[in-house]
Amino acid sequence: MGRFVIRRLLQSGVVLLGVTLVVFLLLQLVPGDPVRVALGTRFDPQTYEALRARAGLDRPLVVQYLSYLGNALTGDLGVSFRSGRPVTSIVLERLPATLSLAATAVAFAVLVAFPLGVLSAMRSGSLLDHAARVFSQFGVSVPDFWMGIMGILLFAGVLGWLPPSGYVPITEDPARWASHVVLPAVTVGLVTASILTRFIRSSVLEVLSEDYVRTAEAKGLRARVVIMRHVLRNALIPVVTVVAVQLASLLGGVIVIEVLFAWPGVGRLTYDAVQARDYPVLQGAVLLVAALFLLTNLLVDVLYARLDPRISVR
Amino acid sequence: MSDCPVLDIKGLTVTLGTRRGPARAVAGVDWSVRAGQTLALVGESGSGKSMSVLAATGLAPRSARVTGRVHLLGTELTGLPEDRRRRMRGRHVGFVFQDPTTSLNPVLTVGRQVSEAAEEHLGMTRRAARARAVELLDLVGIPSAARRIDSYPHQFSGGMRQRVVIAMALACEPDLLIADEPTTALDVTTQAQIVELVADLQRRLGTAVVWITHDLGVVAGTADEVAVMYGGRIVEQGPVDAVFAHPSHPYTSALLAARPDPAAGGADLITIRGAPPSPLDLPAGCAFWPRCPVRADARCEHEVPPLVPVSAGHHVRTFYRHQRPTGEDG
Repeated sequence: MGRFVIRRLLQSGVVLLGVTLVVFLLLQLVPGDPVRVALGTRFDPQTYEALRARAGLDRPLVVQYLSYLGNALTGDLGVSFRSGRPVTSIVLERLPATLSLAATAVAFAVLVAFPLGVLSAMRSGSLLDHAARVFSQFGVSVPDFWMGIMGILLFAGVLGWLPPSGYVPITEDPARWASHVVLPAVTVGLVTASILTRFIRSSVLEVLSEDYVRTAEAKGLRARVVIMRHVLRNALIPVVTVVAVQLASLLGGVIVIEVLFAWPGVGRLTYDAVQARDYPVLQGAVLLVAALFLLTNLLVDVLYARLDPRISVR
Repeated sequence: MSDCPVLDIKGLTVTLGTRRGPARAVAGVDWSVRAGQTLALVGESGSGKSMSVLAATGLAPRSARVTGRVHLLGTELTGLPEDRRRRMRGRHVGFVFQDPTTSLNPVLTVGRQVSEAAEEHLGMTRRAARARAVELLDLVGIPSAARRIDSYPHQFSGGMRQRVVIAMALACEPDLLIADEPTTALDVTTQAQIVELVADLQRRLGTAVVWITHDLGVVAGTADEVAVMYGGRIVEQGPVDAVFAHPSHPYTSALLAARPDPAAGGADLITIRGAPPSPLDLPAGCAFWPRCPVRADARCEHEVPPLVPVSAGHHVRTFYRHQRPTGEDG
């Protein structure tokens, strides 16, 4: 197990290296000169050249890339063109907001999708099953920004129960954090819940028709034991992957939702960095997202081996 | 041995709801099995042999409509609330299914799968049930059972897996063991071992056995009684010696003739022409008439023949009768 984790971490390092290269090269293709954007109306040729030299943008590409890489290894991802602050701390500052939104959204999604998916599989063809299917169809087809706007109009505007947008760190005031996280988390979570409900339903249905479920029934076990011990243990193994992929994609920042709710997470940061042509920040954000994605996948693989004895990690 | 049958089935009919309409899988079947006795249910796939047993014990699919009377140890099962039926089934009936690879749960240890029924029905503690699982695995011939109890099914060979399934079925010392083609998925040498194991366990434990099979070779060696099923009905039933000596239904005769005979050397196998009918689409009259080599009577295609006695305990459902060696004509 230990060796497996180490090998996977090394592999992840190679993938991250590739990510830096691709992002670096792509940014060269993006039209727009970051130094011009940073200077705006204060543009004059002398300052322009001086700034370019200070940011190292006058050096050959290979040199720029290698020096970026060398610094990245020491945790230095450069400085923001716009604020002049270190990228590493800018990106890490945004992480708690994104983490808390993603975790709340996934928790909400799992709490909804789990009972809904399992029950609609157990009573397939029933009214509940049809309702669940309508719900998940709705969730995947209605755009999340529209649901977000409707949520703001209803719960913040008409009813006045929740703040329309904004963020309070959980460490500062958990209650106010909670009131602010509800709308964006439910908006994002509904989409995830819809995907999960469908997946859990079909996974449970598949396991219900397995021979070993009939064996368990033949043993005269209680229905609850058959479901919990024999059906769910098997049905949930593939579900773990879907939950993890969803979580990973939310960790990447839900750009539209973070912008809509003024949520200062990684997604919002990415959006602002693109707007400002703040390449070092954009690179840093993409690198962080890629690293989180790889880490989540590694955790899933380890978890898989714990859940399914037929899989061994070596 | 008590006179009361362990399992007694009368007029059992099973209709399955399918997308293409109702399918009558079992049409009025009677049989019973006594303690220590082995009943073989013989027939091709789709003949209703498995379905009659599953329906009788409450394991039929949800879409099935089951009528008839089923007594397990004198208790009427039909109409019993599912919870009571579940307890009767788990406590008194053990099942061994066809393919041990799919009938074992891949993510639970074999020990857990053997012990859980004992915990549920005998009120054993987890620890006691675990000790019982070791005993059972030992009983069915799994070497160093105590060490292998925490292994998973995929760590066993096919034959060993089927032994685990048998141990599981015996966990509560059931009065009845139902073996649904337990050797079909195994290789030939292992098949013989499993047949021998079940026969041996039956001698030691006095269990009644219902052996569902299409292999007449197994029937000849192990069964006391045989019931041949075709198209959801029993077409011939009786003591195994009587049925083998005087097969009275054209289908039974054909089945016996279709057995490979090593003494015949390289001679071609005799087969039954055509395919067994689908329960969705049963022929009128005797279900066997389209394939029947005899088709003795005009009624075959319109009327279901009645079950008539051939000799003591030996019955057959056909209009046609073989010339009996005694000269008696039916």
